[in-house]
Amino acid sequence: MTSAAFARPPGVRRRLAAFLYRHPRLQLRLLLAAPLAWVVVAYVGSLAVLFANAFWRLDSFTGKVVFEPTLDNFVTLFSTAVYRTLALRTVGMAVLVTATCIALAFPIAYYMARIASRRVRGLLVVAVLMPLWASYLVKVYAWRTMLLGHGVINWALAPFGLHGPGTGEVAIWLVFTYLWLPYMVLPIYAGLERIPGSLLEASSDLGARAGFTFRRVVLPLVLPAVVAGSIFTFSLTLGDYITPQLVSNTKLLGNAIYDALGVPNLPLAAAIASIPVVVIVAYLLVARRLGAFESL
Amino acid sequence: MEDSRLVRIGLRLATAVVLLFIYVPLLVIVVYAFNASRVQAWPIAGVSLEWFARAAADGSVRQAFLNSIIAASGATAIALVLGSMAALAVQRFAFFGREAVTFLVILPIALPGVVTGVALSATFQTLGIDFGLPTIIVGHATFCVVIAYNNVLARLRRTARSLEEASMDLGADTWQTFRHVFLPSLRTALLSGALLAFALSFDEVIVTNFTAGAGVDTVPLWVLSAIQRPNALPVVNVVATVLILLSVVPVYLAQRISGGETAGVTR
Repeated sequence: MTSAAFARPPGVRRRLAAFLYRHPRLQLRLLLAAPLAWVVVAYVGSLAVLFANAFWRLDSFTGKVVFEPTLDNFVTLFSTAVYRTLALRTVGMAVLVTATCIALAFPIAYYMARIASRRVRGLLVVAVLMPLWASYLVKVYAWRTMLLGHGVINWALAPFGLHGPGTGEVAIWLVFTYLWLPYMVLPIYAGLERIPGSLLEASSDLGARAGFTFRRVVLPLVLPAVVAGSIFTFSLTLGDYITPQLVSNTKLLGNAIYDALGVPNLPLAAAIASIPVVVIVAYLLVARRLGAFESL
Repeated sequence: MEDSRLVRIGLRLATAVVLLFIYVPLLVIVVYAFNASRVQAWPIAGVSLEWFARAAADGSVRQAFLNSIIAASGATAIALVLGSMAALAVQRFAFFGREAVTFLVILPIALPGVVTGVALSATFQTLGIDFGLPTIIVGHATFCVVIAYNNVLARLRRTARSLEEASMDLGADTWQTFRHVFLPSLRTALLSGALLAFALSFDEVIVTNFTAGAGVDTVPLWVLSAIQRPNALPVVNVVATVLILLSVVPVYLAQRISGGETAGVTR
């Protein structure tokens, strides 16, 4: 193949290759042009359109968007108690779900990374991974049928004279925790697995008890992984409007955005959407400082 | 650090409980799919295969599957090309604004889905673009690009450049090196990226709901509307069961891909 290529005089293809090789900057530009154009046009452009809308207003008489800069939507946002409640409830839910996911993920991740045999570990990774591929809606639907009146939960609790949480905030919390749990288990597992055993041995050789080693050696090393996992649990909770709608009558910010778009009041929807964006960008900046991006 | 016996037992127990928590809901739906009664109550009234036949004969279900496959294929194709290019640029070149490029590419999965959905919907409306499969593909591709990008970037970090240099030293030109050395080294990363992107797109509902418009159902959109119609629930159970069983496919393929990779290294 190569000898044949040597025999021929350099063709256009070859000359172009050589030209590109001598001009790495051009290579870079060619490589970056398409993906950047895509992200900037399709994504950043859309975001710009959205947030431009936040500064316009809806004429309540004609139902059309009036293109003159105004802060009306943000005034509505800050002066209406409903939105404050919604924002607090949503962020509170995200924090609660994240905390629950960490609490549930840690034992299983620790077991997988440090105690289970190689074979069991492989099986557990698959077992945790599998529901991640199962449909999101199927999982929400499964919980909906379990939570409703004649569902499994009430059936299982009835002999004890109890009944399930029904539909409401507790249901949302349960389902979100269920949905995002694998997103937390996998990074924590990977983080724990990366810790060299020699560090833990050194700690115990130096006289630290297991609990102390865990707090002072394991936790600090695995923190970036926990933060990486929490980016998912946090952001996914902030952006979900389907689960609250299907398992409760309680609304979160996402539902308010969806409802405002249905009115249709795009400017108001855009203004509400700015809340989760601000929260998550702030979260990302903190996460980056904690080194979470390397654990993603 | 030796974990004490008690800790081990406790952890084993916690692991078992979490696994139950993960799998019981899925099992419940599979059982419901065989429910002889139309009424969704636990325990089921009897066993029947009736709903499987009904679901198979349902044209809207088949159309939804077809739409989902088209949308996921389109989004995956876009994501693979653009994601690989961005990864290559970020990994192989040092340039001003590299951090910003990384941040931009990651942004679509970091920002809440509802924001992406509303933003795309607002843009399509402003530009007067009709909603349909193409808008779904664009919506899905925004977050699928990250998946391909991450996979390729991770692989590029681990592969030595010396292989390509050796290829060039031996007289291969850029294209030949690309085709015979570079692409094969990326193959499994591209495959697993494609797998993940396809699965994400196939399952997406939050952005899809904003970009689909009336009349175009993907599988998740079909499920979403059917869930809310009580008399459609028996068929939903069957579709849900099929989706749960289908999730074995990507897990199996992912294992095969990573398995083949380690085999390739040791050979």
